[in-house]
Amino acid sequence: MNDSPMAPPPRRGLLRDLRHMLLFAGKRLVALLLTVLVGVYLTIVIANMGGQVDELRLVQIRSQAAEAVRADPAFQDLSSEERNELISRQVSLEVERLRLDQPFVVRSVDYLQRAMRLDLGRAEQMHSDRGSREVYDIIVERLPATLLLFGSANLLVFFVSVFAALFLSRRYGSTLDRSVIALAPTSAAPGWFYGIFLILLFAFVVPVLPAGGMVTAPPPEGRWDYAASVLRHMLLPLVAMFLSSIFISIYSWRTFFLIHSSEDYVEMARAKGLPSNLIERRYILRPTLSPIITSFLLMLIGLWSGAIILEQVFNWPGLGSLLFQAIGHRDTPVIIGGVVIFAYLLAVTVFLLDILYALLDPRVRIEGGRR
Amino acid sequence: MIGARWREHWEELRRYPSALVGMAIIALLVGLSLYTVIAIPYSQALEKWRGGEPWQLHPVNAAPVWLDRLTGGREARTLIASSEDAEVEEVPFEGGRRLRIPLEVDYDYAGFPSELNLFLHAEGHPQRPFARLAWQTPDGREIALGGHRIGREDRISLSQDRALERRLGGLVPHVGLLADPEIEGEPQVLPGRYRLLLDAVVFDDTAGIDAELVLYGRVHGIAGTDHQRRDLSLALMWGTPVALAFGLLAAVGTTVTTLVIAAVGVWYRGWVDAVIQRLTEVNMILPLLPILVMVGTLYSTSIWLMLGVVVVLGIFSAGIKMYRAMLLPIREAPYIEAARAYGAGNLRIVMRYMIPRILPVLIPTFVTLIPTFVFLEASLAVLGLGDPVLPTWGKVLNDAQSQSALYNGYYYWVVSPAVLLMLTGLGFAMLGFALDRIFNPRLRSL
Repeated sequence: MNDSPMAPPPRRGLLRDLRHMLLFAGKRLVALLLTVLVGVYLTIVIANMGGQVDELRLVQIRSQAAEAVRADPAFQDLSSEERNELISRQVSLEVERLRLDQPFVVRSVDYLQRAMRLDLGRAEQMHSDRGSREVYDIIVERLPATLLLFGSANLLVFFVSVFAALFLSRRYGSTLDRSVIALAPTSAAPGWFYGIFLILLFAFVVPVLPAGGMVTAPPPEGRWDYAASVLRHMLLPLVAMFLSSIFISIYSWRTFFLIHSSEDYVEMARAKGLPSNLIERRYILRPTLSPIITSFLLMLIGLWSGAIILEQVFNWPGLGSLLFQAIGHRDTPVIIGGVVIFAYLLAVTVFLLDILYALLDPRVRIEGGRR
Repeated sequence: MIGARWREHWEELRRYPSALVGMAIIALLVGLSLYTVIAIPYSQALEKWRGGEPWQLHPVNAAPVWLDRLTGGREARTLIASSEDAEVEEVPFEGGRRLRIPLEVDYDYAGFPSELNLFLHAEGHPQRPFARLAWQTPDGREIALGGHRIGREDRISLSQDRALERRLGGLVPHVGLLADPEIEGEPQVLPGRYRLLLDAVVFDDTAGIDAELVLYGRVHGIAGTDHQRRDLSLALMWGTPVALAFGLLAAVGTTVTTLVIAAVGVWYRGWVDAVIQRLTEVNMILPLLPILVMVGTLYSTSIWLMLGVVVVLGIFSAGIKMYRAMLLPIREAPYIEAARAYGAGNLRIVMRYMIPRILPVLIPTFVTLIPTFVFLEASLAVLGLGDPVLPTWGKVLNDAQSQSALYNGYYYWVVSPAVLLMLTGLGFAMLGFALDRIFNPRLRSL
């Protein structure tokens, strides 16, 4: 609580802050890794309860062994019986190597470390656009599209809502304020829901925007044309996400700011006659920054999962629609890989925001995260 | 005394118009679901929604009637002419009879029907009867529709008769047969009485032929039909109790367990609290929807399993942190100390002293949570992971999506379930927001 305006000696302070920050980041990283570990382990357990993963790996091993034997010219002149025996011997060897004959508890640890290393195995039927069958490649190919759409939508919603809320909290009780509050319940519907209506309106009734996809087919040649095409395709999903979350977040920020602007120190600043934008910046926004960041994090987490259906509705080639296709193909490795990647993304989000939090909250910086 | 407090809250609630609107919507939905559950029993609804036989007299992808009438259209409804109402002419001969069955319809819609089918049932014939069909128009023309041997259960799809289509000058039979030949260009309906004359020869003295001529309409009922001829109103009506039950159960399941666990953590402190906190953090990292997707793919898509997973994953939700913050000061309150002094057990303190204290704050959260789960169910169904047998709003949306309803212009198919979903969302959210302002002491002064 020694948040005194007296700045500590600059160089020593900076070094100390840096050390504390690193310590804090390290601690959080370890804690998060542990949480991801537990989370992924739970995923594996859920996915394995039906014995699906094991069966799947057995099938994989069998087909690999069969392929290897058939492709090897050295075994060409074996009779089919001998060849089958060879295959089954190789399968049992491989089963032993992968310890598939061992109890699940032992093996789950093996799955876990492979999943943690992002060694997600091979897809059953799907492949990436470049033709790779590795789940990792398939997922990585789709990731940028998801990041582009959801990153921009989240940032847009966040900044617009915080500033709109600041604006409204100043005009508390006005018609504009009341109408925004009245609109807040519309956020009960998720983005994909608005998406359906937007597609209906702007792609079919008044056909001005594309109904789905990410670029026109065939993709435009020039870099700028390509970007423009992506932008045009992004507009509707962006608006859908924006519409579905903007009013509720303006509402909650407005309430938040209203509560904070009635704090004693703000009243004091007002009594001193400080200009209102200074009050806003230094007395309302600054102390409330950490909770703002926290809720931004929670919103991000919420939107990650909402992404799946929105992408599906707009046919956006991201992780969500990948997962959807994987459901269609019953491609278990891809589904499990998707869950693992989602878990990692969430963990990375949490970590980044932890660091931000630490940068903003002097208590963390100065005391080194002893909470 | 408690009654007085609730009455006070009610008085306060009545001052919010949004709360009243919200409650009206909820009452409407509850009423609709009660009516549905009583009018169409569960098993019957499932049986019918499976499709097939019960729907064969319904048109494919017909729009709601009111929609057409509202826009001033006079599109066709389904017309059925049955041999039961027709005057059958019988002429017996050696070894059989000759039956002349006229099937008559008065057609005065502006639009053409969407399909033309003739259903024939001929039971108990030693030899298959033979029938010749002729179409008589109001202006006295007669168009031969060819002859058929009639099986026990026969369906003659006149609309798919390519030879007939060629004879009608390239017009699909259900258009060509009803078109006015005087008008050039775009075909127009010639209104009046049409007759399908079924001239059959049967080789039995008693057994007859039942015939049903169906002119499928382009509009049907209050909700229209889908690609499998199913009446959408069944799914829309049954979707209401399903959505409400799912939302309510999930909301109750998650909030109550979360609250109890938060209270237990706060009360026992130490490692119990630490474990709960860590579990919450793990749970924050587990993505709910992908896990539901995974469970749906690997196990089953039964709505009750989904509900279970939602509740289990919702137990250690971020709400625990919020409740914890609220419960911490309560733990130190004097009345808890008093309870301990008289020897109340741990469980009693948690359940009877701590939890009731923050229940009022919970009510608004609870109400606003319901639509979230209603939409979650719909989301899963849109992804194709809806309950395999239950008709729900989400499944209607999913069907519409997979049949490209928007692209084909069947807007009603998407809009009606969407409007119901939105109505549910708005109803609960409006009530929840008003409750929030009443029960949340920090907001009350604003």
